[in-house]
Amino acid sequence: MRNLTDGRAELEVEGATIRQLVANIDAQYPGFAARLLDQDRLRLNVSVAIDGEVAPLGLLETVPPAAEVHFIAAIRGG
Amino acid sequence: MSTQYSVIGTRPIRHDGADKVTGRALYGADVQMAGLLHGFILRSPHAHARILSIDTSKAAAFPGVKAVITTHDFPAVDGNKMVDLGEGDTPLSYARGNVLAGDKVLYRGHAVAAVAAVNAHVAEEAAGLIEVVYEVLPCVLHAVDAMRSGAPLLHEDLRTTELGEATTTISNIAQHIRQSKGDIEAGFALADVIVEREFHTSTVHQGYIEPHNATALWNNDGRISIWCSTQGSFVVRDCTAAILDIPVSQIKVTPMEIGGGFGGKIPVYLEPVAALLSKKTGRPVKIVMPRQAVFEATGPTPGSYMKVKVGAKKDGSIVAAQAYLAFEAGAYPGAMVVPASMTVFAAYDIANALVDGYDVVVNKPSTAAYRAPGAPNAAFAMESVVDELALKLGIDPLDLRLRNAAKEGTRRVDGPRFPRIGCVEVLEAMKNSPHYQSPLGGPNRGRGVAIGFWFNIGLPSSCTLNVCADGNVNLIEGSTDIGGSRASIAMQAAEVLGLAAEEIHPTVVDTDSIGYTGVTGGSRTTFATGWAAYEAAQDVVRQMKERAAKLWDVKPEAVEASGGVYKSNGNSIGFKELAGRIAETGGPVVGRAAVNPRGAGGSFAGSIVDVEIDPETGKTTILRFTCVQDVGRAIHPAYVEGQMQGGSVQGIGWALNEEYFMSPDGRMMNSSFLDYRMPTALDVPMIETIIVEVPNPGHPFGVRGVGEANIVPPQAAIANAMSHATGTRFTRLPMSPPAVMEAIWCQGSSSQPS
Amino acid sequence: MRSKTHIQTTINGEERDFLCEPRQSLLEVLRDTLNLTGTKEGCNDGNCGSCTVTLDGRLVTSCLVLAVEAEGREIGTIEGVAQGNHLHPIQKAFLENAALQCGVCTPGFIVATKVLLEKEPDPSEERIRFFLANNLCRCTGYDKIVQAVQAAALNLRGTKETQA
Repeated sequence: MRNLTDGRAELEVEGATIRQLVANIDAQYPGFAARLLDQDRLRLNVSVAIDGEVAPLGLLETVPPAAEVHFIAAIRGG
Repeated sequence: MSTQYSVIGTRPIRHDGADKVTGRALYGADVQMAGLLHGFILRSPHAHARILSIDTSKAAAFPGVKAVITTHDFPAVDGNKMVDLGEGDTPLSYARGNVLAGDKVLYRGHAVAAVAAVNAHVAEEAAGLIEVVYEVLPCVLHAVDAMRSGAPLLHEDLRTTELGEATTTISNIAQHIRQSKGDIEAGFALADVIVEREFHTSTVHQGYIEPHNATALWNNDGRISIWCSTQGSFVVRDCTAAILDIPVSQIKVTPMEIGGGFGGKIPVYLEPVAALLSKKTGRPVKIVMPRQAVFEATGPTPGSYMKVKVGAKKDGSIVAAQAYLAFEAGAYPGAMVVPASMTVFAAYDIANALVDGYDVVVNKPSTAAYRAPGAPNAAFAMESVVDELALKLGIDPLDLRLRNAAKEGTRRVDGPRFPRIGCVEVLEAMKNSPHYQSPLGGPNRGRGVAIGFWFNIGLPSSCTLNVCADGNVNLIEGSTDIGGSRASIAMQAAEVLGLAAEEIHPTVVDTDSIGYTGVTGGSRTTFATGWAAYEAAQDVVRQMKERAAKLWDVKPEAVEASGGVYKSNGNSIGFKELAGRIAETGGPVVGRAAVNPRGAGGSFAGSIVDVEIDPETGKTTILRFTCVQDVGRAIHPAYVEGQMQGGSVQGIGWALNEEYFMSPDGRMMNSSFLDYRMPTALDVPMIETIIVEVPNPGHPFGVRGVGEANIVPPQAAIANAMSHATGTRFTRLPMSPPAVMEAIWCQGSSSQPS
Repeated sequence: MRSKTHIQTTINGEERDFLCEPRQSLLEVLRDTLNLTGTKEGCNDGNCGSCTVTLDGRLVTSCLVLAVEAEGREIGTIEGVAQGNHLHPIQKAFLENAALQCGVCTPGFIVATKVLLEKEPDPSEERIRFFLANNLCRCTGYDKIVQAVQAAALNLRGTKETQA
């Protein structure tokens, strides 16, 4: 995704939910939301980690202040 | 919460035990019903071919045959629609194409057509009468070959996704992913010692003893019932519904007892076929896969080509690490290269790291999850390199790992920081183990160690508890029980309710009878369905307080519950007695929970192994094996040990013998248990276990999933032990006797002594 | 339809008869005709041991025995191991030692263990491993199975001494 954000791997963004956060990044870097979303949902192969923990509600998760958010690949298992 | 538990940590007899030692337990293939027909699937004899025509007329006319179907019997659907396979997604066209081939077959064993007949023999005979005209195409079997330009293309429309972006390049590379951290070049510039090696691993199979099976009845009212062996009944329901283009509510899946899965019984192979055959015949249809088809046509784990480079300073601090991982997805995209990338350096705190991963399609069966999918391949490479680094630096291999071990707060190469993990505790337990402390003497012997990591996943789970008037509780859940999870889930409810494990009666039910529950996989069942049981038990406690309050005419908040005793103002009543009074205090008490929990911790496991190599034959004997694993909290320690031992022995088989031995034209030459040589009782010693408990702060009882991490380190630990025994580095799995002899003969020429 | 053969045999001590085609295996008839589904099919080529039964007291993989060969013979299956309502000590030992996970290989292991312990009441670990090498288990790594067999052997020897 870094090619969408001028090569930056880390961004400081406002947003009380993941949905707001994605919208705010997308306003700065158009195309970001399209990469992550399938219509209004996170793509099935993408997970959101908030402070290191995979957050099951995806876009609907609330983000605590100063939280670290990562968009990572969804993990499988045997 | 107090860590003094009365049920958790004990070893009760499993609830399904009597059924399973008497032969009464009903597995998928045991389903019998009136009017049952038997199905047989015709499979491709070619690894890569275009289907020019299929003539089913002779088969259909064969006496005893009731129906024949091909892909043309499937409804037309939008092939680009994504279907959720339980833990990941895939385009519907791939899921459907793997169930019955479309215009091409992509691997030998690819299903082409299916017959339903009065018995399995007739169905098999009739399948032989189906006339398929193929245009045979050149095949490609290994990732490195498939990545070359000019390689035969499996999918003429597969566009490579390059670092997340769709490209117009048509190739066998489904995607290239990259993860990075720090500055890799600056990191290597700091290194005093650098080790770089290439590794190859073969395709291996989960090897569950029970073949895939499915029975389906398409009823006259349009509803479909399916009985099958699966790790996820809801996944079967959803995938079958998508392929047949019918609403999920029209399908009821009953998960029968399952004879092993290890990840391989998540995908759907037979269910939509059995359902279509039932629709055509108006009768129930059962299909049981022959063992050869299980090898040739279900999902093994990817073979791989890997290159790993690690740099360290003289003091042992690792400063940079780089990995190139090319994984064979088989016929359809989805090699486990993403989790491999996320786990390859997970045990280490490395400032500068770069991982490139390639998901490559080849003419072998479409791969599926196998216990920590992707991680054992990656750990084989990384842990071998770390071992070599330790030798070069003159540092004990466990000390080198401890010096660089990942801890809470360590940033993984894929970005997130680790929560509380037990990597250091596992390494310390390995170092202090009786095994590692013992001397190892004798010629041709070596000791090796390795560590591995696997994630746990959360996913939804549901649980219902019904309180009986005698004070026992019936527990209803949807997680198929592969290794004793009825017990580990019931024990968590028992702990909350203050009951004995035997006073909870767990039942795994069909998809109509319980809320959505994810697959038994991803080391999630004891974690997530256990959590649902915990929450449902809390719901029961809340209601039982209300009942006690009613009896005593106090407010529910005034009632306290502890260890199954309810108290208020000097009144006291036990759970059992209170249960006897639920009818008069308001009727049935039903506890319910549906969860989608966060907080799935990860698990680290370590292997210590002593080997002896016969220099005359190349045979490797495992003299001693110890598995150490952080399990968070062992709910039922005997079944936790069982997971550790089972994963370790699968790792031993993977390391020493197991492989898909392919002919150049893509035929698996060893598709039986005789030739695909899994460990027997005679091939392995007792597997010593050391349970480390670093409670997972994300679970009420501290549970970490234990099913998978234990298969990650054995291959590397054995390779390291064999390297020490022979002075030759082993970089190719399996390290079978011929490979060992070749390595010994080549010693000093191509291989670098360690 | 092909013509069928009438077979008279003894299964778990009871006289049984059935009709079968010449090509049908004993395993198939046990499971599909007689509904004795405790005997499992893992490979149908004699390599996994899940379908292990006794034929005149000898261990066989029932997938490699033709059903017609059962004529006049005595067959023992997992369904005949428990004594009425009481589990056999081997079955108890498998449960107490958590010697099963998925359980699909378990009937074969129990039938094989019974034959082993009837012949050799005190087998060594090596002997147990050798004897049970015809039975594949993919879940347990065999550790707890070997321990269960050792526990059952000890228990059975104790019972014998008490009786004597």
